[in-house]
Amino acid sequence: MAKSIDVSDLDIYYGDFLAVEGVTIPIAARSVTAFIGPSGCGKSTFLRSLNRMHEVIRGARVDGKVLIDGQDLYADDMDPVNVRRLIGMVFQRPNPFPTMSIAENVLAGQRLNSKRMKKKEADDIVERSLRSAGLWNEVKDRLDRPGSGLSGGQQQRLCIARAIATQPEVLLMDEPCSALDPISTSIIEDLIHELKTDYTIVIVTHNMQQAARVSDTTAFFNLAGVGQPGRLIEHGDTSMMFSNPEDPATEAYIQGRFG
Amino acid sequence: MGCPPGTTAPSERLTIVTSTQSPERRRTTPTRPGDRIFRGTSLAAALLILATLAGVAVFLTAEGIPGILASPDEVKHGTGFVDYVAPLVFGTLLAAILALTMAVPLAIGVALFISHYAPRKLAAPLGYVIDLLAAVPSVVYGVWGISFLAPALVPLYRWLEDNLGFVPLFAGPASATGRTILTASIVLAVMVLPVITAICREIFLQTPRLHEEAALALGATRWEMARLAIFPYARSGIISASMLGLGRALGETMAVAMVLSASGVVTFNLISSTNPSTIAANIALTFNEATGLTVNALIASGLVLFVITFGVNFAARAIVDRRKDFSGAN
Repeated sequence: MAKSIDVSDLDIYYGDFLAVEGVTIPIAARSVTAFIGPSGCGKSTFLRSLNRMHEVIRGARVDGKVLIDGQDLYADDMDPVNVRRLIGMVFQRPNPFPTMSIAENVLAGQRLNSKRMKKKEADDIVERSLRSAGLWNEVKDRLDRPGSGLSGGQQQRLCIARAIATQPEVLLMDEPCSALDPISTSIIEDLIHELKTDYTIVIVTHNMQQAARVSDTTAFFNLAGVGQPGRLIEHGDTSMMFSNPEDPATEAYIQGRFG
Repeated sequence: MGCPPGTTAPSERLTIVTSTQSPERRRTTPTRPGDRIFRGTSLAAALLILATLAGVAVFLTAEGIPGILASPDEVKHGTGFVDYVAPLVFGTLLAAILALTMAVPLAIGVALFISHYAPRKLAAPLGYVIDLLAAVPSVVYGVWGISFLAPALVPLYRWLEDNLGFVPLFAGPASATGRTILTASIVLAVMVLPVITAICREIFLQTPRLHEEAALALGATRWEMARLAIFPYARSGIISASMLGLGRALGETMAVAMVLSASGVVTFNLISSTNPSTIAANIALTFNEATGLTVNALIASGLVLFVITFGVNFAARAIVDRRKDFSGAN
């Protein structure tokens, strides 16, 4: 569990349009890496390329390499379905399956991976995942109720529980708190701190303070102009990035002068 | 209360202020003319539908009761009403259920293919073709069924009798013309297919992207994504679509009347030359020659069909409502 990611010279295309150009970045295991940058700079696209979720859009393709502990995610014999079973994802808006109960939601990924599960085993997974997501005490009495009846913050934690139920190597989070209130946000940030002992976490955020609070490493993305591809401007230790960035654009963005 | 949008006339403001004292007036919140006109027309439309339905029900009941009460020697078929209508009800339900059993899975498959599998260049034309199928008049399906499908199915029926004859459904003896209840059901299935497909396709396309991505991100294959995200979301829609299809299958007259060689028996034998008739086909075939109380009996059988359709719709509604909490509408 928890593997490092090595991205080298990655270009991401949608059809003929080059969306992200030349990204090279190592992501350490059991750490939190934050991607920051203005809207449209390709940080979400890049995040989604890490579990091949960008491929749901027609015509998407990549050039370059993404290695997870040396294994190329884009090798010819690599099935995107298997990649996604290895690398969990939490989305911007909470998206529990509305027709499933809380327990079924947690088990959804598990049921895809291994069809047969004993009841005891399933109950254990539900409890373990919900505890890890800090949701167990709030929902343990209504595990058979629909997940859509929870509050937004609870739903997002349910989605985290669902993502970690299969014990993935890496957890990707695409602005997981942008639809949540400050209290839920703070709960999820605490959760990220706890989860990083077991998982490699990559998070996209628009909230600079959040990046500073939760991440060990920060990567700043920017684009030269409309219609230009997004690029990774620089990456490094979060404290260094926020106190003494190398690139003037990073400094300007972090200080809120643009973006 | 006609005031420009965005403003409130002083008198109306007064109404709101004083409304705490007089509960009767609490409801007089300002309404705009557009709202009132729209509410009026939609109410009128709703009432018109109810009135039409009530009118049909009243006619069927008033004209049908003498037929139900008629003694066996007063009507042409020479039996009591229940004995007369029971085989017809059986035939109607059998044909419709067989048709749905064939059409619904196929329709779901076709709809899913169009909405999620087919390349865009193929999906659109395929959608048009399916919609076009819905516009073909039922008499054309009848002609197709009697002149092409029935003869084409004869060898299949022979094979079924020879190889699966131990199953009561295929006991035979196989019809030589192929004009069996199974043939009629296949024609019905083809007829209801476009309606069910079109509705399912629209609903599948509306599946929230969020849920599809949630499934894919868990490592679902396309088919597992359909099972996790699309079908649960579309469940009530699929049931509604099936009910619309069932309604058409129950009431379809011309195609069944043309294709089916009916003798009014009750049998589950699907491939023989003696087949149960359906209510609608029976009315169409015998109404012209019917006189006196026989007409009333036919109308009464129409009332029975009306009640069946009603019951089916209520049942469908109940099924949809039973898991309302999980529908995703909240």
